[in-house]
Amino acid sequence: MKYKILTTFVTVFLFTGCASNDTQYHWGEYEDLVYKTHHNPEQVPPTVQIEKLQAVIEKAGAVGKPVAPGIYAHLGLMHAANGNKALALASLTKEKELFPESTIFIDGLIQRSITNS
Amino acid sequence: MNANIFKTLLVSILLLSACASVEPYDYAALKQAAPRSILVLPPLNNSVEVNASYSYLSTISQPLAEKGYYVFPVSVIDTFLKENGLPTPVEMNGIALDKIDEIIGADAVLYVDIKDWGQKFQILSSVTVVEGHVKLVSVKTGDLLWDAAIRARYDPNGNNGGGLVGALVGAVVAQIAGEISDNSPLVARLANAAAFNAEKRGLLNGPYKIKSK
Repeated sequence: MKYKILTTFVTVFLFTGCASNDTQYHWGEYEDLVYKTHHNPEQVPPTVQIEKLQAVIEKAGAVGKPVAPGIYAHLGLMHAANGNKALALASLTKEKELFPESTIFIDGLIQRSITNS
Repeated sequence: MNANIFKTLLVSILLLSACASVEPYDYAALKQAAPRSILVLPPLNNSVEVNASYSYLSTISQPLAEKGYYVFPVSVIDTFLKENGLPTPVEMNGIALDKIDEIIGADAVLYVDIKDWGQKFQILSSVTVVEGHVKLVSVKTGDLLWDAAIRARYDPNGNNGGGLVGALVGAVVAQIAGEISDNSPLVARLANAAAFNAEKRGLLNGPYKIKSK
């Protein structure tokens, strides 16, 4: 038993030594929401996701880390699924401001949602 | 007890020396292309576990973004592709690169091929395996920029039977997994961490990487 604990300790130590545990973004529940979106969508309707994603964004601010790529875009998708176009547009625009690499994709999404309405 | 410490040290040294003796990856194409953004398509699933593709998709944003790349929002992309007539990963993986360039504007695509996934029930226990291959391709040229095998296994019964790496991975997963029933995403995260951060063969840092102080 002691051997197991020791091995675990050494292993964790090794892993943290190799790849620092201290992430540069705050991720919170984002990827857990991605998982549930695909496997257990009934557990994560848009209103629940919006609440959780906003909590992730607030926590990121509180711990002084940038919001990770994709989080604002995912939030935008949830606002759109909820029928709130203004908030969807605001979130998608925020993703683009933080990460200009998303411009072509986000502009296309916005363009098509406007032409479809 | 001394013997145990010795064993542990031996294991550590083995691990470290395994790291040091690998042949370095040829990064010429990756350095040349210097992608800023990565589109991850939902993986092709060649395992018998039907959920493998989207379970893996829920583990890949973090390691790529933490390497310093912009990662397109995986669920938004999936929804977008489905709405545009591509119902499954098979069709999605067949999109022409010039279309990706035009409509999504990604610099590179990560193609994922899952070969084995999930819990294997054996006579006395079950192990969780994740095995596959990831391939980063330039959208502009189609050139291969980087690739790696992803592989990890978790044996809840501890240190026997999983091999050295399996046992070590198992110890870590046991710490963080707790009683979560589907531990395959956690095993996938360990497989990702090992592949992306492998010394001399891992993925190089992208433009958003904050250098640690």
